[in-house]
Amino acid sequence: MATKWISVREYFKLMATFIFTKHRAQDLLIKLSSILSVLLFWHILLILVFPANTILPTPSEVFIALLDIVTKGDIFAHVFASLIRVVVGFLIATFIGVGLALVAGYYKKVGIFLNPLIEFLRPIPPIAWIPIAILIFGLGNTSAYFIVFMGAFFPIFTNSFFGVNSLPAIYENVARSFEIKKSIFVKEILLKFSLPYIFTGLKIGIGMAWMSVIAAELIGAQSGLGYFIQLNRLLLRTDNVIAGMILIGVIGYVLSWLLLTVEKKIIPWGNRK
Amino acid sequence: MLKLKNLSHHYNNQSRNIKISVLEKINLSINEGEFVSIVGKSGCGKTTLVNIVAGYIQPTGGSIFVNAEKVITPGKDRIVINQAHDLFDWMTVYQNMRLVSNDDNDINKYLSMTRLSEFADAYPYELSGGMKKRLSLARALVVDPKFIIMDEPFNSLDYQLREKLQEELLDIVRKSKKTILFVTHDIEEAVFLSDRVIVLSGKPTQIKKEIIVSLPKNRDSSIRDSMEFIHLKNIIKSEIQEVI
Ligand SMILES: Nc1ncnc2c1ncn2[C@@H]1O[C@H](COP(=O)(O)OP(=O)(O)O)[C@@H](O)[C@H]1O
Ligand SMILES: [Mg+2]
Repeated sequence: MATKWISVREYFKLMATFIFTKHRAQDLLIKLSSILSVLLFWHILLILVFPANTILPTPSEVFIALLDIVTKGDIFAHVFASLIRVVVGFLIATFIGVGLALVAGYYKKVGIFLNPLIEFLRPIPPIAWIPIAILIFGLGNTSAYFIVFMGAFFPIFTNSFFGVNSLPAIYENVARSFEIKKSIFVKEILLKFSLPYIFTGLKIGIGMAWMSVIAAELIGAQSGLGYFIQLNRLLLRTDNVIAGMILIGVIGYVLSWLLLTVEKKIIPWGNRK
Repeated sequence: MLKLKNLSHHYNNQSRNIKISVLEKINLSINEGEFVSIVGKSGCGKTTLVNIVAGYIQPTGGSIFVNAEKVITPGKDRIVINQAHDLFDWMTVYQNMRLVSNDDNDINKYLSMTRLSEFADAYPYELSGGMKKRLSLARALVVDPKFIIMDEPFNSLDYQLREKLQEELLDIVRKSKKTILFVTHDIEEAVFLSDRVIVLSGKPTQIKKEIIVSLPKNRDSSIRDSMEFIHLKNIIKSEIQEVI
């Protein structure tokens, strides 16, 4: 009998790869089963406990509805409408939020002046602005931009402002010693130093922006994913409502992921704060 | 010439509402081309003195002069190599240099002098402690300041590395013909590097003694074992310890 022996080292190497890959596979399995178990629970609940239910669809019905709206394609106009509103409101919030933070960080008096205003307005949830937005801007995109702006601005501003204020005094001193120009100081030192903080704000801000746009569309819009689920509620198409919710979740996730990717590209010196 | 005239400083302790006197009537002149060290125990006010000379804080008494002209703000004529980390972490080695100089020839010259040419594209977090200090030095040299003020630059480094960097520093200073005010609590370091050592002590801190180091200008580590060197070290040690 020719038993082939492997060396101890090889054995451990093999074990290591086995354990490692097995773990990763296990994690993936656990993640998958967490989603599957919820779907299963949902299914069983409807079939066995509430057999007379006519309002809530089963997971498979939602899946079919999702396939249906995606293949038919009319959902994309709504997705696009929501995305445009988020992008516009978010970009305005980014420019004003970061810009104001830089000014307030550079001119400390401006920071002191803004502080009470920010602290007063910040706790007001973005959706509380919807009635006043509709009164001022009417039912339309401008209202949505405004609501998105209100949702994204505060996390962006407060995090950026915190970053700008955390600039170590030693960097200011070095800049003064080397007689670095104001504009270069703001752009190359103040802004770049604050980027990790700014991105923290942007990542929270994009989530807030996405929530806000859906809320705004639920109430005052004629298009968008929020409008889509509201409309389907009125049409008693609950399968479409939930399919729309799933899309909202997925797109929200993709938006955060996009920002994370941009952050990794823009901050190569490591997020070491 | 860099001149400290009747320099005094106290901090206000706000919680106890008292003045804490740190420096008292410091008078000191440093000539062009000189390497002068200031030695004093930790906490005696060395960084305070550096901050005043740099123009970062205003002294509560006395003034600083550069060539008979009073200075109150920081400027390119007096560059500090800080005790704390003072490189821009988000800029590469080259970008750190480029921020203060537009001349690529100069940048390359001083990066090579400090043996950092190969690391031009590295970020500070990728550099060793010694390399970071060399970059701070290269950045100072590239703006051609009248004076370079170094605040315990080798403090955080281990013993062997310190000795090596001290030799390197002497070499660079000789090549670039710079005037250095070097602050340290390490007596041996002060003797090895300097033409003149200023001993600080007392409470509040005053200049206790001024010692001319009459060792040859061209030094290497072997000089540390010489009688003269050990003798100078002992003198300074006794001066610092006399007043406790
Ligand atoms: N900003 C400050 N406010 C109050 N006290 C300070 C301040 N900076 C330093 N001190 C005090 O002044 C003394 C000298 O400090 P420092 O100049 O850092 O000494 P050294 O650099 O010689 O160690 C210390 O007792 C320190 O606590
Ligand atoms: Mg100090």
